[in-house]
Order: sequence, then structure tokens, then C-alpha cells
Amino acid sequence: MSWIHRVRNAISSIAKRETPDNLWHKCKACNQMVFCKEWEENLFVCPKCDHHDRIGADKRIPMLFDPGSAEILPSPRAPEDPLKFKDTKKYVDRIKAARNATGEHDALINVRGTIAKHRAVVGIQDFAFMGGSMGVGVGEAFVSGVEAAIADACPYIIFTAAGGARMQEGILSLMQMPKATVAIARLRRAGLPYIVVLTDPTTGGVTASYAMLGDVQLAEPGALIGFAGQRVIENTIREKLPDGFQRAEYLLDHGMLDMVVERKDLRQRLGLLIDYLTPQREAA
Amino acid sequence: MVSFLDFEKQVATLDERIHELRASASDGVDIQSEIDKLEAKSAKMLSDIYRKLTPWQKTQVARHPERPHFKDYVAGIFEDFVPLAGDRAFADDHAIIGGLARLGTRKLLVIGHEKGDDTASRIKHNFGMGKPEGYRKAIRLMELADRFGLPVVSLVDTSGAFPGIQAEERGQAEAIARSTQACLELKVPMIAAIVGEGGSGGAIALAAANRVLMFEHAVYSVISPEGCASILWRTAEKAADAATAMQVTADDLKRLGVVDRIVPEPIGGAHRVRSVAIAALKKALGEELNDLAGKTPDALRTEREEKYLAMGQLAG
Repeated sequence: MSWIHRVRNAISSIAKRETPDNLWHKCKACNQMVFCKEWEENLFVCPKCDHHDRIGADKRIPMLFDPGSAEILPSPRAPEDPLKFKDTKKYVDRIKAARNATGEHDALINVRGTIAKHRAVVGIQDFAFMGGSMGVGVGEAFVSGVEAAIADACPYIIFTAAGGARMQEGILSLMQMPKATVAIARLRRAGLPYIVVLTDPTTGGVTASYAMLGDVQLAEPGALIGFAGQRVIENTIREKLPDGFQRAEYLLDHGMLDMVVERKDLRQRLGLLIDYLTPQREAA
Repeated sequence: MVSFLDFEKQVATLDERIHELRASASDGVDIQSEIDKLEAKSAKMLSDIYRKLTPWQKTQVARHPERPHFKDYVAGIFEDFVPLAGDRAFADDHAIIGGLARLGTRKLLVIGHEKGDDTASRIKHNFGMGKPEGYRKAIRLMELADRFGLPVVSLVDTSGAFPGIQAEERGQAEAIARSTQACLELKVPMIAAIVGEGGSGGAIALAAANRVLMFEHAVYSVISPEGCASILWRTAEKAADAATAMQVTADDLKRLGVVDRIVPEPIGGAHRVRSVAIAALKKALGEELNDLAGKTPDALRTEREEKYLAMGQLAG
């Protein structure tokens, strides 16, 4: 999390008092002030510079699913703190804080519903929950989402947002990469589509596993997508990074994505993709 | 003489004295009994140190420049090695090497990271840090092995996949994801051995195997201890704490169900008596290959899948 982000969070209560109705939103990218209402109606995308802000499941669900169709699936059971990990803080305390702050159980939740009248199970990762990081809980949620899609004979769509693997679960986090990969293989054998929508940011072990294995790869504009962190790369090669490096448009140019899609177009575009990729066997 | 690590200083001092004594032996004084005594003391000291290495000390042993590398294992374990090069798309990555080989009568594919062992070869092999073309070569070779019914043996030894502009442009993440997927799709036996460093995604891409072996002093982790420390403790100097907290040793990983078998190293680490380490790995690989030989192609894939689906789950 950047320092700006931390400061912003710390002063959010003060900001609230100064602008009683939360009237204005200052864009993180262009610093321009926009009416909150306008910003929200624009799906948390800056109307001035098109910056797509990070959003969690609560905001994603209403803009993606047909009204009234979304049903949040229960989170699977996973061990809490398998390594009894402690850095400057205890991991159990970090989880508690993240749960209180987001109201979520872990960084990935599954939702069943219809998108432009097409049934789908959708996994949504929330960067606000410990940087969206992938531990056993996220791995188990991914598998249960895929299993629900197989049971419903519908696609699994994942909205990724993660800094990578969750360090506090050590090697077990790394093992969620092959775990998710097995789930994708089973979805594929069931003849069902797997669609990935990369959102800002998706990096590390999440990118190097389920985020890059989609039958179709979409990304939101400007999303940071990569394997290695930018500072790590700069420190390794001691070179300045090119403009737009690891952004969605850059990945599209380099052949790593099928398309970059504006948030407002996602529902329609996903609906069309599901329609094209739904097995034709019954019809034949 | 081997290069000593920080925590081996006492042994180094003692060995130096033994060396000096030997040099002065020409004076005709009988110092053999003194040398014998000191040598016994040195051996005991080394064995005491290595019996209780901390996770951070093991990390240093696993990274020891004189530790055997891919080429040493291939030369010492297999016969008739035929290297196969290139990803057929971009380049041949020297950080990841593979080829056909024979262990006894068993024909197989061996693949792994090569770090190099002097400045020139380290640069050539990019310090064992694979690029997308390396992982795509691995995929190509694993698929080849699958078509011809050859078991796959991988030797993992990398600090991680290479972080660079071109590697990102060519899809480092996608290459790793597909390589992991290729391991999991195999209908032939796959055995991975963590022989030195098992560094994150760059390691798992070659290690999603039916059986995972690990050398006694190897380490395997989701991020380097330095990387973890600089993020969570905000200083790389806490790497030792991070190594302990992340549980990176063979014993830890066996307990967590990630590693199936620990391969013993000679006292003082694989780099001290390389032939002993290489022979131990050869024996373990042979036994595991025999054990998997009777399984059907479907069973091999299904068992591998079930194993990874269960990773980290609650017991019972």
C-alpha cells in the first residue's frame, strides 16, 4: 500500500467532517475533483481521466449481475494461520483487522447469478483484504467457485486483484498455484469456459497461475499486471522502466491479453463471450 | 579447500591450524597424534553445527557456490544424457536445461535449473533465473516426455524466475503458469527434487510433481527470506527472522505435506562431499521411480491432482 493510501485512510474521518455529504471525490490519478455521485454513477471510473479505481465485491456485484440475480456463495473452511506466523504483528491480528475493515472472510468471494441473462459463477478478489493476497483460504475459495460452476454447468469468471501470494502462509500459499491450476483443468474437462478479468493490480504468484490461464483474458484499462514488482525489476537490471510498463494496454500490445474492456462495457462483453463459449452440444 | 560460511568460523580456524601443523611436520617432530586430535575435534564441531542449523543458515548452505548444480547431478546420476534445446518460439534459455537420460535401465527426461559455478558460466546461465523461453522449453520437453511415456525428473535450484523488462514483455507469468499446468497434466510419473534453492513461482513451475524430494539442507519458499523481510519487517536485515517464520526447511515442508522425502546430505553439506550427496539423490530417485512405475497414466495424473487440491486443507 502506498503512503498516500495510508495517509488517505488515516484522514478519511477528517475529510468526512469537512465535506458533510462526501460531495467530492479526488481522483487518485489526475487529482481532479469530481462529484461523488457522478463518480459512483460512472462505476468508480474518473469521468475526466478514465482512471478505473479499485473496487471490492460489494461494488462489483451490482454493476455486473442482472438485478436481483446475485447470490453470494458461502466461503469454504480453511485453516487459520497454519504457520503461527508473526512478523512485526501476529498474522491472526492482521486477518482480524482485514475482516473488520472489509466485512469479508478472505480476499476471494464467489457469487452465482446471471450476466446479461447468462448464468455464471464469478470469483471476485478484493485488494482491500490484505492486498488480495492468495493463501489457503483464497485457494480453497477458487476451487469451490470452480466446483460450483461445474455443478451448475456454467462458466467460471474470475476478477483478479492481488499483490501475489500471502507470505504469512509461506509455502502453503505457493501450493495454491498448482491447486487452482488443477481446478481449471477440471473445468476445462467439463467443457466449460474459464474467463479471467484482470483488475488493478494483479501481480506475483496470482498472475503466474490462475490469472494467466483463461480461455479468454480481459483486463480493465490501466490495470497493473505483471509477475515481478517494478522496484524489484529496477533494482535487478538498474534501468528505467518504459512508459506504461506492466499496464493492461502494454500487455495487450505484447500479446498477453485478448482485450482491454471499459468497466461500463464489461457486463455486455462478458455476456457475449459466455454466449459464444457455451457448449453447443445440446443444440446439435 | 571449501569456502567457509560465517557460522563455520571456528571450524575454519581449526582447519587452518591443522594445515599449518602439517606444513611444519617436515621438522621431524611427531605431530601426527596432535593432527588426529584436532581433526576429530574439527569433525565433531562441524557435525554439531550442521545438526542444528537455523533456517537462515540452511539458506546459506543451499546457496553455497560450491554446492553441486544441475550439471554435476546429471553427470553423477544419469547416463547417455542428450540435451534438448530451445522453446521453438524465441530462444534457448541456459538457466533451464533439459534432455533425455537414463538412470540404470530406466529412460527418462531430466530437466532443471543450472546456476553455473564460475563468473562466466553464472552469467551464461543467468544465475539459474529462468526466463519465459526457459519455462516454455520445459513445457515442450514435458509434453514430449508425455507423448513417449518417459518419466520426468526435475532438479529445482533457483532463487526465482528472472525479474526483467523483456521477461515481463514475453509473459513470464504466463510461462510459469503454463509450465505448472504442464507438470499437472502429465500422464507419466514426475519426481521433483529441490536440490538447492526452491524460489517461489520459478520453482513450482518445475515442481508440481507426484513426489517431491528435498535435500536435507535445501530451502523452498514462497519468497526469499530477504524479500519477505523487506516487505513485512521493512528491512532485509530481518531475513533470518523471515526464514524462521516462513518455515523454509526440509523438515518444515515435510511436516506441511509439501515434501514427501528428505534426502540426507553428508556432514557439512552437499558441497563438502559432493559425491556422497549425488549418490544419495541417485538412490532416492531410483527408489521413487520404481515405486511409481506400476501406476496407470490416469492414476498418475489423478493422484497428482488430488495431492495439490488437498494442499493446506484442514486435517480430517
